[in-house]
Amino acid sequence: MNLASVVEKLNLRVACGQGGLERPVRGGYAGDLLSDVLANSSEGDLWITRQNHQNIVAVSSLKDHAGILLVQGKEPEADTLEKAVKEGIPILVTELTTFEIAGRLHRLLHGPS
Amino acid sequence: MSLICEASFPVRGGDFKDAGKVAVQIKATLKKLGIDPEILRRAAIAAYESEVNIISYARLGKIHLQVDPEKILMDVEDEGPGIEDIEMAMRPGYSTASDLIRELGFGAGMGLVNIKHCADEFEITSMVDQGTKLRILIHVPDG
Amino acid sequence: MTLFEVMDILNARLLVGRKLLNTEVKTAFSADLLSDVLAYARPGSVLLTGLTNPQVVRTASVLDIAAIILVRGKIPPAETLRLAEELGVPMMATHYILFESSGRLYSRGMVGCIQKVGNDEIMAL
Repeated sequence: MNLASVVEKLNLRVACGQGGLERPVRGGYAGDLLSDVLANSSEGDLWITRQNHQNIVAVSSLKDHAGILLVQGKEPEADTLEKAVKEGIPILVTELTTFEIAGRLHRLLHGPS
Repeated sequence: MSLICEASFPVRGGDFKDAGKVAVQIKATLKKLGIDPEILRRAAIAAYESEVNIISYARLGKIHLQVDPEKILMDVEDEGPGIEDIEMAMRPGYSTASDLIRELGFGAGMGLVNIKHCADEFEITSMVDQGTKLRILIHVPDG
Repeated sequence: MTLFEVMDILNARLLVGRKLLNTEVKTAFSADLLSDVLAYARPGSVLLTGLTNPQVVRTASVLDIAAIILVRGKIPPAETLRLAEELGVPMMATHYILFESSGRLYSRGMVGCIQKVGNDEIMAL
């Protein structure tokens, strides 16, 4: 399943990175503590977080995430957007909370259990 | 309006270990007074965020609680660096938090915003190199 | 579902709150930032988090959270456990990550204690 599919099925807003939506989504990672995300997330994860400052771009880039999904309606800050565009990292936004969007993405990726 | 309760809770700057202790005490105090659970929740959150701010930035401070049949009033005062730009500080996401503060799960730049959201009336004043004062008022409905 | 069922779904280890396993819970909040928990988490919800410091316990206590679910296989320090016992906040730990834990509970019918946040409006369930 690629990002474009996830965007469509979960009704996500694309803040930047329209060109990168064919990237495959291999899993999901939810977390707001950067050191934890750096240590424990995986390549191809869609990273779910409410952190919208520019440091998230470096983390996502380093970990080769599929992209960043901001929750609770958080828009990326201006310099975050700028950096993300430069790095080619798609940033998506949802109004839903972490629990709700993680639940839905999990179901999408794993099917109902 | 006659006071039902008045209490002052000191907070030590840098005392991260005990962060939230005062909020828990204030909640217990208000619970004993039979305050409505939703009002109680708002007061406790405002107290918690105020307490964390003092701990995070000031040398010391206190939360002064007054309760009467019509309202809960918390006057928060600290001695510390003060806030240079209050308008910036009130913006969601704006934070001057240190790494230590962030490690604890705070420092998201929502503290003052959360307090304002919980209060019916909210005033903030600050003097650089002196300290910050908050006045947090929550109305108590009839009954 | 009960806290006992939550424990089962997440293969979690109970750390505090043996007597409260029959507590019914219907809603959840997932976060690593306490300011978000303070802003949005509702009474009676479970809190899924990777934070293990005592402040999580105090936050949960102040908000009447039904239980703290520590994710990512984290074991809290003794101080946190002691405080949870003292304040009567049930606590369990699962090896699953926050994403997986949220997903599993969601697939069994748990819903977010608030669904959406947008334009400063908080729509509670």
